Amino acid sequence: MKVVVLSGKGGTGKTLVSVNLAALTKESVYIDCDVEEPNGHLFFKPEDIHEEEIGIKIPIVSNEMCNGCRQCVNFCKFNALVYIKDKLIIFDDLCHSCGGCVMLCPENALTEKEKVIGKVEKGLWESVKVHTGILNTGEASGIPIIHNLLKDNKEIGGAMTFIDCPPGSACIVMDSIKDADYCILVAEPTLFGVHNLNMVYELVKLFEKPFGVVLNKCLEEENPAEKFCLNRKIKILGRIPFDNELGNLNSNGEIAVKKNEKYKQIFSNLLDSVIKEVQNETTTHSKR
Amino acid sequence: MKIAIPVDEKDKGASVCVSFGRAPYFFIYDTETKESSFIENSAAKNTGGAGVKAAQIIIDSKADALLTPRCGENAAEAIEAADIKIYKTQSMNAEENIDNFMNDKLSLLDEIHAGFHGHGGN
Repeated sequence: MKVVVLSGKGGTGKTLVSVNLAALTKESVYIDCDVEEPNGHLFFKPEDIHEEEIGIKIPIVSNEMCNGCRQCVNFCKFNALVYIKDKLIIFDDLCHSCGGCVMLCPENALTEKEKVIGKVEKGLWESVKVHTGILNTGEASGIPIIHNLLKDNKEIGGAMTFIDCPPGSACIVMDSIKDADYCILVAEPTLFGVHNLNMVYELVKLFEKPFGVVLNKCLEEENPAEKFCLNRKIKILGRIPFDNELGNLNSNGEIAVKKNEKYKQIFSNLLDSVIKEVQNETTTHSKR
Repeated sequence: MKIAIPVDEKDKGASVCVSFGRAPYFFIYDTETKESSFIENSAAKNTGGAGVKAAQIIIDSKADALLTPRCGENAAEAIEAADIKIYKTQSMNAEENIDNFMNDKLSLLDEIHAGFHGHGGN
C-alpha cells in the first residue's frame, strides 16, 4: 500500500508526518521524493547505505555528419539546440532528454550520451527501508530520480510505503502521486495555508485519488484550513498541535514518536485513521 | 554592418526591450544601406530556452552586433560563438543607441546574467 504525503508549500509538515508514520510501521518503506531538498534521512540516519547514480540521456553531435537541415533545432521545444556557422551547438542544461532530436536526424548525426544528474541512496533504520532521491544542484528536473525511486518500489511489493513528496503541485508532484493508493494532505492553519491546501486538493481530485487532510500546527483559535475541510466535507485524519516540544524534537532531527509518548499516541491515531480510510476505499472502489 | 536591438514595438521610435530573449521584436539596421527592418521574435512566448532561440534568430539575421541592456549566459554563448559582438544599450530609445554605437559611445556588455530559467523575469 502506497501512502503519499503532500502539501502546497514547503515547511508544512510533510516530512514530520511521513517520517513518524513510517517509524510506527514495522517493515515499512520511506521514500523521500523531495529530491531538491531531501531531509527525511536527517531523522532516520539510515545505515548500510547503497548508492546508485542516476543519469539522463542527452544528445551529442557529429558535425562531420550534420548537413545543417535544422530539423532538430526546429523540433526542440526547449530550444536546447542552435545552428551557428555550419555547426550544431547543444545546451545540455536546457535539454529535457526526450530523445526527439536523435530520432528525427535524417543523417544520424546525433547520438546520446549519459549525464549524471543525481543519485538514490538506500539504507535501513530499524526495520524501515529508507530511500532518498538527491538531485544535483542546478539540474533542471528531478523527475528521472523519482521514476527510479518509484519503479524500484514496485519490486518491494506489498510493504506499507510512505512517500514524502516535493512541495507544490507541479509535474514532479504529479509523478510522485501517480501510483498512490491514498494521499495525505498536510495543511497549516492560516489563509495562506488554505490557498496551498487548495492547490493539492485540486490535484488529488484531478487524479481521482482518495485523500484526507492532516491539520498541522493547530492552535486553540480558529483554523481556516479546518473550515475549508468542513465546508467541502473533506475527511480530517488528525490534528497535530503547535508546540515547542515537538518543534525542538524536530529541529534536533529526532523522530517524535520514538521520544515522546504523547506524540506516539497522536501519530498512532493518525495511522489508524489512514489505514481505516484505505481499507474503506478498497471495499467501496475495488475496481479502481 | 548590421545591428540588432530587442524592441517593444514594431516602430522606428520604439523603446529598447528590457529582456533580450523575450522581446517581441528585433530592430535590424544596416549601417551601409541605412535600411531598417523588424523581425518578430518567435522565441518570446517559449516556456524555456527563449534566449537561445532568440540568439538563433539574431544569428540567422546575419547581424554583426547586438545592442541590448542585458543578456543571459546561454544566449551570450551562442551569440559569441557566431562572432557577434554584444554591446550594452545606454538609453531607452532604439535609434539613439544606434547613433551612440556609430559614434563609438557604447561599450561591450560585460555583465552576463545566469538566466532566469523559468524563475521570474518573464
